[in-house]
Amino acid sequence: MSLNQVEHELHSRRKNRNVGLGLVLGAFVLLVMGMTYVKLTAQNAEMAAQRAAEQAAAEASVQSGASD
Amino acid sequence: MSDTSINTRVSEGDASFGDYFALLKPRVMSLVVFTALVGLLAAPQPVHPLLAFASVLFIAIGGGASGALNMWWDADIDRIMSRTQSRPIPAGKIAEQEAFAFGAFLSVFAVVMLGLASNWVAAGLLAFTIFFYVVVYSMWLKRSTPQNIVIGGAAGALPPMIGWAVATGGVSVESVLMFTLIFMWTPPHFWALALFMKSDYRDAGVPMLTVTHGRKATRRHILIYTILLAPIAIGAGFTAIGGPVYLATSILLNLGFLKGAYNIWQRDEAEAEADDYKVEKSVFKFSLLYLFAHFVAILVEKFLAVYGMGGWA
Repeated sequence: MSLNQVEHELHSRRKNRNVGLGLVLGAFVLLVMGMTYVKLTAQNAEMAAQRAAEQAAAEASVQSGASD
Repeated sequence: MSDTSINTRVSEGDASFGDYFALLKPRVMSLVVFTALVGLLAAPQPVHPLLAFASVLFIAIGGGASGALNMWWDADIDRIMSRTQSRPIPAGKIAEQEAFAFGAFLSVFAVVMLGLASNWVAAGLLAFTIFFYVVVYSMWLKRSTPQNIVIGGAAGALPPMIGWAVATGGVSVESVLMFTLIFMWTPPHFWALALFMKSDYRDAGVPMLTVTHGRKATRRHILIYTILLAPIAIGAGFTAIGGPVYLATSILLNLGFLKGAYNIWQRDEAEAEADDYKVEKSVFKFSLLYLFAHFVAILVEKFLAVYGMGGWA
């Protein structure tokens, strides 16, 4: 009876620690995924804006060349 | 003990998840989270909410890691002081080497992850905070000089600067003022505590001002630092993080803190013993409210600014 209780106490401590660590690792994976998504989205938007600005500048130079 | 008896004591290595969390000094971590968050939100540049959340989390983990390293280094005196005897290492739940490995790993992890989540200026400031708290304060100053609290307070004052750097990528007058506010607040806050936790520090041989220079000198120091703190706290009200709400809050809080510090200075030990350090305890509690309310006022100014009412503009 007492033996079972001792084992149960030790096991519950270890289980508590393992479940906690598992949840922390799971949350960390989700956080890194989220951070990656946000960073890539921002980078893509920045690149698209840069490309649009370059295109507009090229079109403007072509038009000014044609009017000359 | 008979051959069939079973050791029912919880031995080292049987620590629960909560014991590891306790190693991170959650109460100190809550102050780190709050001040870093205010620094981040008060900054002029907005940060994506997820990156802001991740950054504050890594700042908190870095602060917690330095707490674990502090507990590893101070395990010998934590066993003596009644206030710290229930910590995981003196309680025998976590081995000293394990606490060191835990703290060292989390320190590197937090700095690298903060660099990836925000920028390397913020990560560098976090690394400096951990270094300052563990090496400069815990290993060097704490046991060698009564000025331990004064200089060591810099570690606790850095989180709003880190939060600000997460958003701006740099350091500015406003973030230095938030740092100075906490830096100057720390000595009177801890000395008020040292006045009524007197035997703890003496028994552990920590050279707190109360132990080395006596209690009368400590009372004088509390008043001097509170007087020096007031213009810094109120002066911040005229910068970009301040405004009418902050200024009014700061003036009221500083009047209250100055009155409390004056009362402490006026008392002698006989009076304090007679009412069980009533004034010292109330000033200590007020100092917590003082810091919290200053940072809430900075946040209020920032949110009012969204509706065109914050600051001096």
